[in-house]
Amino acid sequence: MAEFSININGENHNVNVDPSTPLLWVLRDHLKMVGTKYGCGIAQCGACTVHFNGTAVRSCQLPVSAAVDNMITTIEGLSEHGDHPVQKAWLEHDVPQCGYCQAGQIMTASALLKQNPNPSDKDIDNAMSGNICRCGTYTRIKAAIKTASDSQL
Amino acid sequence: MGRRSFIKSVSLAGGGLIIGFNWLACQGPTEEGGKELAMQMPEEWFELNGYLKIGDNGIVTIYSPNPEIGQNVKTSMPMIVAEELDVDWNNVVVEQAPLNTEVFTRQLAGGSQSIRQGWQSLRTAGATARQMLLTAAAKQWEVPVLELSVENGIISHKNSDRTIGYGEIAKAAVNVEIPEEVELKNIDSFKIIGTSRKNVDAKKIVTGQPLFGIDTFKEGMLIAMIVQPPAFGMEFKTMDAAKAKGMPGIKDVFTIDTYPDDMEKEWSDVAAFSKLVVVVGESTWQVMQAKKEVKVEWDLNPKLVKQIEILEKSAGMDGVSGLESTSIHMTLMADVGSKKSEIVRRDGNPEKAFKNAARVIERSYTCPFLSHNCMEPMNFFADVSGGKAELLGPIQTPEFAEKSVNKRLGLDLENIDIQMTRMGGGFGRRLYGHFLVEAAVISEKMGTPIKLVYSREDDMTNGVYRPAYHVTYRAALDANNKLTAFHVNAGGIPESPLFANRFPAGAIENYLAESWSMESNISTGAFRAPRSNFIAGAEQSFLDELSEEMGQDPIQFRLDLLDRAGSNPVGEENDYDAARYAGVLKLARDKSGWDNTTGLSRGVAAYYCHNSYVAQILDLSVKNNQPSVDKVTCAVDCGIVVNPDAAKNMVEGGTIDGIGHALYSEMTFKDGVPQQSNFDTYRLIRHKEAPKTIDVYFIENGIDPTGLGEPPFPPIQGALANALYKATGKRFYDQPFISHMQDDLKT
Repeated sequence: MAEFSININGENHNVNVDPSTPLLWVLRDHLKMVGTKYGCGIAQCGACTVHFNGTAVRSCQLPVSAAVDNMITTIEGLSEHGDHPVQKAWLEHDVPQCGYCQAGQIMTASALLKQNPNPSDKDIDNAMSGNICRCGTYTRIKAAIKTASDSQL
Repeated sequence: MGRRSFIKSVSLAGGGLIIGFNWLACQGPTEEGGKELAMQMPEEWFELNGYLKIGDNGIVTIYSPNPEIGQNVKTSMPMIVAEELDVDWNNVVVEQAPLNTEVFTRQLAGGSQSIRQGWQSLRTAGATARQMLLTAAAKQWEVPVLELSVENGIISHKNSDRTIGYGEIAKAAVNVEIPEEVELKNIDSFKIIGTSRKNVDAKKIVTGQPLFGIDTFKEGMLIAMIVQPPAFGMEFKTMDAAKAKGMPGIKDVFTIDTYPDDMEKEWSDVAAFSKLVVVVGESTWQVMQAKKEVKVEWDLNPKLVKQIEILEKSAGMDGVSGLESTSIHMTLMADVGSKKSEIVRRDGNPEKAFKNAARVIERSYTCPFLSHNCMEPMNFFADVSGGKAELLGPIQTPEFAEKSVNKRLGLDLENIDIQMTRMGGGFGRRLYGHFLVEAAVISEKMGTPIKLVYSREDDMTNGVYRPAYHVTYRAALDANNKLTAFHVNAGGIPESPLFANRFPAGAIENYLAESWSMESNISTGAFRAPRSNFIAGAEQSFLDELSEEMGQDPIQFRLDLLDRAGSNPVGEENDYDAARYAGVLKLARDKSGWDNTTGLSRGVAAYYCHNSYVAQILDLSVKNNQPSVDKVTCAVDCGIVVNPDAAKNMVEGGTIDGIGHALYSEMTFKDGVPQQSNFDTYRLIRHKEAPKTIDVYFIENGIDPTGLGEPPFPPIQGALANALYKATGKRFYDQPFISHMQDDLKT
């Protein structure tokens, strides 16, 4: 066990955990920020996606020690009032079915748009194919990303 | 359920109501003119019946009775109540009802039945409350009820120009005698039903608020995880947990027996492994680490092994082990199972017709076991102490789970409280609530609140799979290439997928349906559209091949059969409406431009299951043995469409899910060990593999609504196989199709 200070959504948090603990479980179990979801634990489903200095990463593979001195953004901190263009587009298209994977989808999509504000279908395919949706909302996810992309212009 | 029982005024959830600020924003910021609406909390609530309560300021809380697994009943069921209540949807707050068998019936998510079976009671609940409010207003104004009208929660008396809101009259309405009879609206006057309303939980979902069972945290709660046998057919023998017990944060390691032999089980108590090792600790990661350090010895379960030995010997298998492998399953299904079938339906004289046939076409189809793979792994919160159980989490069958806990722990039903959380997928997996019972047993043993969490690997290798199926179709053609007889022989491990009275039964003079099944120690259960999820695709592939052999257009071929089934049906028990069936085929044909398009690789399929009709036409191309689905046109008849955009979402999702499973997914076994345990080896359809476009069209009629969670899932698999044939010149008989496309690549 060791003490770590990590910056989540602009706030510093101190946690006392084993250094190998993935950020996912620090968020969920220790900080009670449960928007970031556990889906597979091996970076294959994308449910646990957060932003690491603005880039989409799978928090199940990021040891808490690696998060120190970096800026982490989770779904809870993507926007103050839930009004990030991607979140708004998700609501407009009523994307979710069960909803479990959607935080991860939104975090991947928002990182994509930050890097590439006007992605092609192929860009979206490539960026989003690491995020599984068992309900099959992929066509709506694509439509919502395009709406969010347009709204940024 | 008698009408009396549901209109009893019952206080739900202890009367407590927890709503955050700006809670109406859950309606979505773009709804109703792009404004976020914020409303004040009422000071007092008045409960008119178990389905709803009205605040003194006119805000209405509607309880959604059924479990929400992503099928969107948490929005659509309250919409039906709100319609008959006649309130502004923007003034409605939806809450998930807890399990309450006094008020609600069939609080179950399964069989696509929530809307169909809830339709009358939801409408009656809204209409009854509306009638009581009107009666109260009439009494206050001393006018006949018939002179009153209501719109959006405002009651008006035209003759005297008076109006009063529901919130103002609700207190008086509580004392009105509950009407024996209420009039339901004419469907032509619906204002909410038939209009698209956003998912009531959408805002919480996109902002990451706690909604799911796995998000549960309570004071003093510990985390529990399981260690289960590595293979089906094995069971716990002994363990050495000394090291695990000494690891940081670990509170205990022990075994439980979830379902002792002498326990009377419910149908939903399906579990491959009753005896489990349990690790309990402070945090999930700590427990995950400790799990790896428990040294467990497993043994063959003699009871389970024996029955499989018998089967294997009968198949002449070498090296009988009792631990099942996929290769053995395939041989058993093809060579043994189909030879022990029993006749389920026989029309005319099929034997004679086959004997006299000029040509017999015979094809066999198979599918593998599948894991449900809900994105939220199995989990449940339990706090069992002082003769009471508080249980909270994702469960499709709370009523049955309550009975299981009652029997397992000996607690009285009234001391078992089950709260349903939004579920990260269900697909049938959470019908089987062993994880809830396990959580209760663990909490009782620990004497603390616990949250049981399955790892993805635990979840995927725990069983309750979609069974493996096999079907052989035969068709007899005469010298004029006319269909004279049809034979289906279907079976599986451990159940048959046959629906003997479904199409094309009723459309063919000489018809024979046979069924068989064989045992297994791999546990299985309902999976999205049980049995239909295989037989529809197989049947629709066979009909496609048959129409080609007969030189007919595949849609016209089906329509001609349906015409026969409608105008002069064979037999008396045909489980479908031929006209509605034909209706979706025609609509899909028209909307897809079937007759006008050339050059596309397209396949068609149509199916009826779970009371709804779906036809799908799929266009694809294949490059380097990789299929790319361009477009799917779906035509659906589910009667009245309650929430059109959400219904469309369901159809899109079912279509993508169906394509994905037929093309990519399988669960295989070697010596009882599941060969896929996470998403690196178990393939689910991904974003870039989804169709580029899905068009959904609904038949418009006034028929009482039926469900959509399952019906779009089965037929698309046939449409996919038929389109793949057009693209590749090869028929695909065995799922998952992709593995056979890749076979080609190797040869």
